[in-house]
Amino acid sequence: MGTNNNPVLDPRVPSGSLDEKWENHKFSMKLVNPNNKRKFDVIVVGTGLAGASAAASLGELGYKVKAFTFHDSPRRAHSIAAQGGINAAKNYKNDGDSVYRLFYDTIKGGDYRSREANVHRLAEVSTNIIDQATAQGVPFAREYGGLLDNRSFGGAQVSRTFYARGQTGQQLLLGAYSAMMRQVAAGSVELHTRSELLDVVTKDGKACGIVTRDLLSGEIVAHSAHAVVLATGGYGNVYFLSTNAMMSNVTAAWRAHRRGAFFANPCYTQIHPTCIPASDDFQSKLTLMSESLRNDGRIWVPEAFDDSRPAHEIPESERDYYLETKYPAFGNLVPRDVASRNAKNVVDQGHGVGPLKNGVYLDFSAAIQRDGHSAISAKYGNLFDMYESITGENPYEVPMRIYPAIHYTMGGVWVDYNLMTTIPGLYAIGEANFSDHGANRLGASALMQGLADGYFVLPYTIGDGLADQLGEPAISTDDPVFTNAVKGIEDETSRWLSINGTRSVDYFHRELGRLVWDYIGMSRNKEGLEKAVSEIAALKEEFFNDVRVLGSADTLNLSLEKAGRVSDFFELAELMAQDALKREESCGGHFREEHQTPEGEAQRDDENFAHVAAWEWNEQNVLQTRHVEELDFENVTLTQRSYK
Amino acid sequence: MSEMITVNLKIWRQEGPDTKGVFEKYTQKVTTEASFLEMIDLLNEELNNQGLEPISIESDCREGICGTCGVMINGQAHGPRKATTTCQLHMREFSDGDEIVIEPFRAGSFPVIRDLVVDRSPFDQIIESGGYISVNTGAASDANLTPVPKEAADQAFDAAACIGCGACVAACPNSAAQLFTSAKLAHMALLPQGQAERWKRTESMVGTMEEFFGSCTNHGECHEACPKEISLDFIAFMNRDYMKAKVKNRALSGQR
Repeated sequence: MGTNNNPVLDPRVPSGSLDEKWENHKFSMKLVNPNNKRKFDVIVVGTGLAGASAAASLGELGYKVKAFTFHDSPRRAHSIAAQGGINAAKNYKNDGDSVYRLFYDTIKGGDYRSREANVHRLAEVSTNIIDQATAQGVPFAREYGGLLDNRSFGGAQVSRTFYARGQTGQQLLLGAYSAMMRQVAAGSVELHTRSELLDVVTKDGKACGIVTRDLLSGEIVAHSAHAVVLATGGYGNVYFLSTNAMMSNVTAAWRAHRRGAFFANPCYTQIHPTCIPASDDFQSKLTLMSESLRNDGRIWVPEAFDDSRPAHEIPESERDYYLETKYPAFGNLVPRDVASRNAKNVVDQGHGVGPLKNGVYLDFSAAIQRDGHSAISAKYGNLFDMYESITGENPYEVPMRIYPAIHYTMGGVWVDYNLMTTIPGLYAIGEANFSDHGANRLGASALMQGLADGYFVLPYTIGDGLADQLGEPAISTDDPVFTNAVKGIEDETSRWLSINGTRSVDYFHRELGRLVWDYIGMSRNKEGLEKAVSEIAALKEEFFNDVRVLGSADTLNLSLEKAGRVSDFFELAELMAQDALKREESCGGHFREEHQTPEGEAQRDDENFAHVAAWEWNEQNVLQTRHVEELDFENVTLTQRSYK
Repeated sequence: MSEMITVNLKIWRQEGPDTKGVFEKYTQKVTTEASFLEMIDLLNEELNNQGLEPISIESDCREGICGTCGVMINGQAHGPRKATTTCQLHMREFSDGDEIVIEPFRAGSFPVIRDLVVDRSPFDQIIESGGYISVNTGAASDANLTPVPKEAADQAFDAAACIGCGACVAACPNSAAQLFTSAKLAHMALLPQGQAERWKRTESMVGTMEEFFGSCTNHGECHEACPKEISLDFIAFMNRDYMKAKVKNRALSGQR
């Protein structure tokens, strides 16, 4: 495994000062004139916030779009589950927010591991997203005067988060989905539901299409286009237990990676501090309680070890409000990684609460006393109800129990400023790419990035790549590159069915998840990561020889679908361990125990690691090649993050 | 507190859309802390270990928001607990020895695909026929240019909370989709942004709905089954708007 400062990893950041770059770039990019747009086919895979907004916008522009989702309806994409809100530098609160402040907070929150130019562009277009969504009828929360309301979120000292009760993701997705369905009606978007991407096809090094499996008939189908966009989300389910939906997976991004798209910073995973702790061994997923709860909830644990008294019997003087004490400036609103690690510390030390002693309290009694039951219910009612339906406990009366869980993945397919991967013609947007959040994402920024990419960035940048192809038809699906790819996937599908081992796909997924959580979870060390490398490889071997996938390939077969996804998770997990090993520093969500300050905070090594690590696939079971994109900070000064 | 219980399951098995289905019996031991779908996960794991094909059942977010899951549990869409999706139902709702009958959502326009999985794509077709506000990307004005009374925004939200699971159709003796359709129509008609296309949207979406689904006879079962408790008032709202639309959609010169 060599480290290679390879010239192909050119981020193509435009020249000019930070606030001129996007403006200049928009002017210098090649355009496709309106009448010519219909001559270009564009494939968009995934219909979450990024995919649906991109498909809708490209369709409106006149491109011929084919949109793919493996769900029965585009509206099921996991963006729908985002609760808390979406950031935008509107400064409606007059509290000193600005594009530059949102940019700065995002860079700092990401622990100085993201590209300045991309992040500034994100902050610039953030305001357009709110306008667009409001015009689509997204019912954002409003004040009595009828204007939009905001709340504050972790990692920021201004109120810039727009929200729709605790269902902001749902409402934004329904907005993007309806915009896309309008284009389906108009004939500019051709919608393929229950179709899962299983391969990305390239010809002469350029992306020319995809291969999908029809999840109902089992048919393996080739689709060609002038450009392919992946909007297929993150890879948090590599941990098995995460807040991701059951079907969320890395397959599209990973198959693109195997075809030549570099995969960047896979070790940057985000732990969400406020999830409901697991209650038993066969738990299938973890449920997130929106981070917005930290606005009004106070986090504490009993000062005594192994204290089994119910919360209300523990007097104030025997409670440790550890975030408020340790970080007086930000208190309960410190960024996610800081909040998560502190929770892990107090639980590891034996202060955990709940039947399994695996949580900390998030207490609303002070807020209820201050603002009244109805005010708290108006803000968080649905979250409280959700908590009660899962745990059987009423959070108006007893404090919630929370614990960190895997929630989001900052790593992903490497993209340049145009959101294009290292395969020309292949783009990655939303959580699927690595670009904007560095080593740690701020709350309410995922929705912002997904929609920024889909509505306001990709529709411009894709034209720059297409303009040169005017007059060239898309590669025919009869071309050997397609027929070979189809054959390859057909073989893979029948291989799963012929192994006939003894264990289910879920068994292997759960075991893999345990390894990844134990060794590449909230904190990592060299010894553990080396163990992960060998144990993951051994389990992978067992998986390929002993998995049992029943049924046939030509019907709906949920185990067969999962087998392919889990095999990709195995390969990804191996790369995550390698990436975490190589990154000899702590930053954001990547915490190496060997690299911490005397106070136990993440210790960055800017001299050696202020770069993006992008991995190039070689072949199965051969170490991948690590490439480096240096990050140039021209505008912000790198400081040790401090939220004290 | 958690306890172990054993439940007797009768589950609908059907190989494909055109084959005949039957109930199969299973027993499953599970703790009451488990969710209903985790109970099915356990059963499927055991079936797989025995070399029997697992039961096809769909779910995704398991947080009650994506609308993917949904089965009939003892004759009730999403089961016995009010305002709860199948994925949010927990085994503490059941007792040791209970019989649980699990079937797919039954409606003519939701054909069974396999076992407990049905095709709900007509919902997307209703949305496609007008469930949007026509605003191209980039064409929006500043969001605070148009104040929206808080009450209107809140009510629009109440309607927009629909997750498109199809429980309303499954619960309705007529397999009508009035609650789903009216929720989308009301969401947009209550907001100033939705006014320009209000009448056209109403007529078009109701027309598409009627191509696929039965008629509403005010049983109210849809509301009872709805995991998001969408109000029947929205159906009345839609009906009023539909009447008005029939007049307003005439050429201007033909209107009063």
